[in-house]
Amino acid sequence: MFDQTSFIPTEKLKTFRDRIQRIARDKIAPQASLVDEEEFFNREVESLLWDLGLLTLTFPEKYGGFGKGRMVALCLAVEEIAKVCASSSLLLIIQAVGSFPIIDRGSKELKERYLPQMSQGRKLVAYLVTEPTAGSDISGIQSMAVREGDEYILNGSKCFATSGGVAGIYSVLAKTSEKEGKGSSSFFLVERESPGLSIGRAESKLGQRGSNTTEVFLENVRVPAGNLLGREGNGFLIAMKDFDMSRPAIAAQALGIAEGAFEAILQFVKERHTPQRPIADHPAIQAILADSAILIEASRGLVYRAAILNDERKQSTKFASMAKCFAGDAAMKITADAVDAIQVLSGYGFLRDFQVERMFRDGKLTQIFEGTNQIQRLVITRQILKESM
Amino acid sequence: MFQLDEEQRLILQSVREIVRKEIEPRAADLDRSGEFPLGVVRILAKNDILNPLLPRACGGVEVSTSTFCMIVEEIAKACASASLLLIGQAEGTLPIVYGADEPLKEKYLRRLTAGSEVLIGLGAVEPSAGTGIFSLPTHAELRGSHYSLGGEKCFVKNGSVADFLVLYAYTDRSKGNLGVSAFVVEKGFPGLVFKRDEDKTGTRGTVYSEMLLENLRVPRENLIGREGDGFSNMLKTLSASRVFTAAQAAGLAQGALDEALSYARRRVQFGKTIAHHPAIQFMIAEMAAGIESARLLTYEAAFLLDQEKWEKVGTYAAMAKLVASDAAMKVTSDAVQIMGGYGYMRDYPVERMMRDAKATQIYAGTNQIMKLIIGRDLAGIS
Repeated sequence: MFDQTSFIPTEKLKTFRDRIQRIARDKIAPQASLVDEEEFFNREVESLLWDLGLLTLTFPEKYGGFGKGRMVALCLAVEEIAKVCASSSLLLIIQAVGSFPIIDRGSKELKERYLPQMSQGRKLVAYLVTEPTAGSDISGIQSMAVREGDEYILNGSKCFATSGGVAGIYSVLAKTSEKEGKGSSSFFLVERESPGLSIGRAESKLGQRGSNTTEVFLENVRVPAGNLLGREGNGFLIAMKDFDMSRPAIAAQALGIAEGAFEAILQFVKERHTPQRPIADHPAIQAILADSAILIEASRGLVYRAAILNDERKQSTKFASMAKCFAGDAAMKITADAVDAIQVLSGYGFLRDFQVERMFRDGKLTQIFEGTNQIQRLVITRQILKESM
Repeated sequence: MFQLDEEQRLILQSVREIVRKEIEPRAADLDRSGEFPLGVVRILAKNDILNPLLPRACGGVEVSTSTFCMIVEEIAKACASASLLLIGQAEGTLPIVYGADEPLKEKYLRRLTAGSEVLIGLGAVEPSAGTGIFSLPTHAELRGSHYSLGGEKCFVKNGSVADFLVLYAYTDRSKGNLGVSAFVVEKGFPGLVFKRDEDKTGTRGTVYSEMLLENLRVPRENLIGREGDGFSNMLKTLSASRVFTAAQAAGLAQGALDEALSYARRRVQFGKTIAHHPAIQFMIAEMAAGIESARLLTYEAAFLLDQEKWEKVGTYAAMAKLVASDAAMKVTSDAVQIMGGYGYMRDYPVERMMRDAKATQIYAGTNQIMKLIIGRDLAGIS
């Protein structure tokens, strides 16, 4: 329905998008209700995403990456998949987020050792930052990494780790200094098999229930000193830079969810006939369709603006936050309206048999993770003030 | 203006106690299992608050609509599904109270007196009619000593569990709205066929059923009032039901705000509790203001209902339902937002409240329909 063409800079990206769109509809859509209902991580979808190269999109090209335009590619793939199954699209996002620290800051040796393992060995990555007492406030983490000879010893508890129970590699943020503040934490690459690493329980969530969210515990986990990503103390900086990439991706997810809901309304409008007058004349439906379409197009503009800036390695923080904030709020409104619209048309919007109620639950998460939309507003304001100086 | 009288104070005190001890602890399980809350029925019946609107003349307590709303609100703070149980009972009772003659009242309403666990329901909606209730026909034909009803009903509240139901059907289609009649139908009447219960996003501890009426035999004396009384009977009942839904939504929203507040006061980020952050204070302020306005509008509508100011009730009921359920949706969604990742998890009650809130925007007529009702009434278009 919506044409992304004007936002897609190359022929390669266009072909890529069309292929993902087709496969998402044929292969991923049919399992969306089931993974939601049964709350399970679908290994078959994971395999499919590996086959398509979607779990290494942001890797360097020689390790299976997309290359030029990778951020737009990631957003396009996330968007197309989120139209039919938000849970499946989240896997792409978290893979990109989790592997960012090593791709951005890992030493040559570290990359040569781990990136092939991850891409050929098909290892998922989880991003272990959030802790029970540190959500939006990353600097509040308690996990510690203490240097001992050639190793660091890691201790701490992480929560809400997407793919936490299914990952083979973890990017772990831990304090390397007792000091408070931004320069006190660092990222480490930790393998699943490391003694002392254990997986807690899987969380039961409101939405995106086909994604795996767990606690992860680190108890005297020893990692080689070379697994430190970048230098000691620049963990916070890496996390911030990671956000520039993850937020447009979340925004793309929100956009996809919104489009999925919009398509569901359209389909209903076309299918339902009333003897008196066409359903599209119904003022309630008109308002919902028009408002949704406006929000979708505006979201798209922000998502791809942020993505293109990121690909061009320009400052993209403000647009990343704007995209995430706007598209998340839009997705929430559109999915809620879709439930209403289908309710008005058929009386069934609220029922589990229909996809829109899942999209409504899935949509809520986009307002929360990778920085709540309240935090996005702080970030946007800060960037605006910085730019105006 | 809305100071509680002594009776209200005592009732609410005991309701709060029951909610705290018996209803709140079961709310999460009820949502998860999606089963009908027989345990809650028993508790409410035992405490004589399952049918508080039942008239004194029929052996009931007969509280005012405002008091009933307060009870619903109090229960909805902890469990929207449990509060819907009361609303379902009221929806089954009121059509009989409004329209039935004495023998019919005596026959059915007497069964709801103190301690009774008799369940009732209302079948107003038909498939593909949705909120436009009378666009598809369930028809009733008089055959000597009984009526024969044919058609299909969906979203029959308590459908599969009710001991008796009120159903609307056309006795004369040519008369349009004036050809609609209301009937009391008992479980076990031949031809009342249960199809299935719905699987829903929220208010999962309630039963909404699809039912088929296959030459359903209803004794002639089970007609409520006279033939053709059904439409006005239904409008009154639906108006009342909208006021109750508004009360439920206000309670639900209050429950979510309470959870979010207690979390915001505990949760420390950036060196202080998040309640200290202006962004959170703004959200809290909007949530509280939304709830208070919803509550006042609800009481206003309840007051009009008690005064039987029918010419105003429809519009005020629609406004109360619209404002309160929209507030509930926003407040519960914001409560999840304030609680962040925790709010999104099923271990905490706010995600359930958010799903429940969506229901309040939908049943008793979608909010889109509420706007049509209000707009048409104010514009003088019938």
